[in-house]
Amino acid sequence: MSNLLTGAEIVFKVLEDQKVNHIFGYPGGAVLPIYDELKNHKSIKHILVRHEQGAGHAAEGYARSTGKAGVLLVTSGPGATNAVTALTDAYMDSIPLVCITGQVPTHLIGTDAFQECDTTGITRPCTKHNWLVKDINQLSTILHRAFEVATTGRPGPVLVDIPKDIQFKKGKYLKPKELKNNKEKNVVRLKLDDNDIETAVQYIKKSSKPILYTGGGVINSGPKATDLLRELAAMTGFPITSTLQGLGAFPGDNNQFLGMLGMHGTYEANNAMHDCDLMINIGARFDDRITGKLDEFSPKSKKIHIDIDPSSINKNVKVDLALVGDVKFILEKIISSIKKQDSNFLNSNKQKISSWWSQIEKWRQKNSLGFVNSKEIIKPQYAVQRLYELTKAQDTFITTEVGQHQMWAAQHYKFNKPNRWMTSGGLGTMGYGLPAAIGVQVAHPGKLVIDIAGEASVLMTMQEMSTAVQYNLPIKIFIINNQYMGMVRQWQELLHEKNYSESYTEALPDFVKLAEAYGCVGIRASKPDELDSKISQMLSVNKPVIFDCVVDKMENCYPMIPSGKAHNQMLLGEQDKKDKISDEGKILV
Amino acid sequence: MNKSAYSFSTSKQKIEDHIIVVWVDNESGVLARVVGLFSGRGYNIDSLAVAEVDKKKNISRITISTSGTPQVLQQIKLQLGKLIPVHKVADFPRNKKTILREMALLKVISSKTKLEKAEKLCKKYKFTILDKTEKSFILEISALKKEIDELIKKLQPLGLASASRTGVVAMMKGSEIYQQH
Repeated sequence: MSNLLTGAEIVFKVLEDQKVNHIFGYPGGAVLPIYDELKNHKSIKHILVRHEQGAGHAAEGYARSTGKAGVLLVTSGPGATNAVTALTDAYMDSIPLVCITGQVPTHLIGTDAFQECDTTGITRPCTKHNWLVKDINQLSTILHRAFEVATTGRPGPVLVDIPKDIQFKKGKYLKPKELKNNKEKNVVRLKLDDNDIETAVQYIKKSSKPILYTGGGVINSGPKATDLLRELAAMTGFPITSTLQGLGAFPGDNNQFLGMLGMHGTYEANNAMHDCDLMINIGARFDDRITGKLDEFSPKSKKIHIDIDPSSINKNVKVDLALVGDVKFILEKIISSIKKQDSNFLNSNKQKISSWWSQIEKWRQKNSLGFVNSKEIIKPQYAVQRLYELTKAQDTFITTEVGQHQMWAAQHYKFNKPNRWMTSGGLGTMGYGLPAAIGVQVAHPGKLVIDIAGEASVLMTMQEMSTAVQYNLPIKIFIINNQYMGMVRQWQELLHEKNYSESYTEALPDFVKLAEAYGCVGIRASKPDELDSKISQMLSVNKPVIFDCVVDKMENCYPMIPSGKAHNQMLLGEQDKKDKISDEGKILV
Repeated sequence: MNKSAYSFSTSKQKIEDHIIVVWVDNESGVLARVVGLFSGRGYNIDSLAVAEVDKKKNISRITISTSGTPQVLQQIKLQLGKLIPVHKVADFPRNKKTILREMALLKVISSKTKLEKAEKLCKKYKFTILDKTEKSFILEISALKKEIDELIKKLQPLGLASASRTGVVAMMKGSEIYQQH
């Protein structure tokens, strides 16, 4: 029959019908038939990475900056196991990925064949769902379903494992429309009771100390959710704080924004969380880096939790009102209900929350993100601030690695749009930022993409510079180089009597020469007065750049909620720490 | 001293026993997904019973006896509900509205007098002798877990040689069936 296609052809038919333009991957024995077919599909561009973990993070960066699913294609065995970190990272941060893996031929499965591993077994706990394709006639159905599962409900990674014989076999192709959609599990229907919306509005009207606590769910819900969040903030005048993942949903330079909350959040945000009488959690999950000590978390507040994932409700913190569904639907309902009841709520409620705002202003006076600058040595906070000032006029995309630099970036770089901030929050994956920047740049040619990095993290996936050079992706790797695993060193200083066990890197490469070896541009800045000109130089280069920003080795990241403490017991800086870290606290961090 | 990177658990809720029933697509790997969820998130499985119950619709019914705080039990149900091959999840209360049964095969090998004694001892329970020789018998018993526990304890001094148990299964009494709400 002429309308039968090979498995490899079906893979590309699905990618075309799912409007996929880019895939990130690495070939190998068990995916060769798919790679052989690549040449016949001009609308799909393959980006060859240098390690499968890089393919995964690049696909994550692509997904986060576009809102579409990121796709990666890797081989069996080590190809699949190398992708596991990225899949777990995407699972923790709710990022839609479709990972296609090759597998040894069906008849060899279970025989410990060359490059065989139990891919679906290994990835079961780090994907929303995975499939081993055993029947060629199931292939298109499974692949379409994979895209649906990845992108609907709470997004996340999925994996489809395709044995090599299935890639050669011929079978029927079904378009997405032709599939029997027997289940709608992922399309979370709004089963909301109008009474619940009404209760939420009553809470809002009664509150004199409210706060909006927003998270990555707002970004995942799409641009409309961001618009609605801004509308809700504008019409209520409520203060608003954000998790690490939610940055950009609300403008960072707006006066209603209190900055990020949590372990390294601002004094005003954490104190407002602690003292509020109404907390409206919009698409965040009460993560332990946010709540601090659970039984002292915001003791006096009524809590509303908006989340698309019912299992997020009451998982860590018990709430008074749960609104399960897509952020944009729920915000729309709340907004229209407030409007109906009081068309000028902002002004009529102003008086009620005015003393709350004066309290917040008092907390703000502490200037908790302040630091002592230096003329001799570059302070890492100063580096991020200068980077922000010199790039804020452009539409800039920022990725990060994990550690102190990540927190300084979150504190000092201000985001005004969603999908501009890509960072590994849940899993905390060092080595995330460089490949993620590659994915972002692939999706947004011509835009400025910067990885704010640490020198330890970036060495974990440094090989991907070669990918950036191959595809002319002018990403900027801005390394805050303090020669230490800074966050590890900071905890060792505060909690392990300055025993800096294995957190200093003795033999770092010369990053400028390394850049040149990769065929990109290396720049070094070590004095505060040369920083601006060097950053401008970096921005003027239309090539990948590794920027070695040599900073103060011993700077710590403040403010900080110390171990075992509540939101209102923050450390503000060096002076503060002697009094506040108790012996019991040390074992809790 | 514990230098954990996270805070101590401060939960002081009471541990409860529950029967969780899950209807799933009967496909390869589905049981691994369910039990992997339990082990991965640190939930308990006290017993497990699985079999296909609807061939046409390809549905299996998994009955899990578990224990945990109310918050953990709530999480178990919600997390199970998120698995793609799961159709519905039910929490069967351990009360008069629920029938609970476990089946066991017990083999006793002993002298004639002890065998007689053993058989007499079983009279109290509903049982069937499935196999009998001069030196042994195999009985089948269907009862509550604690009754089987009790019987096993009594048969041990009388030559109980082998015990095979199914794990608990559950069903609601009356004309109602469980509907997902």
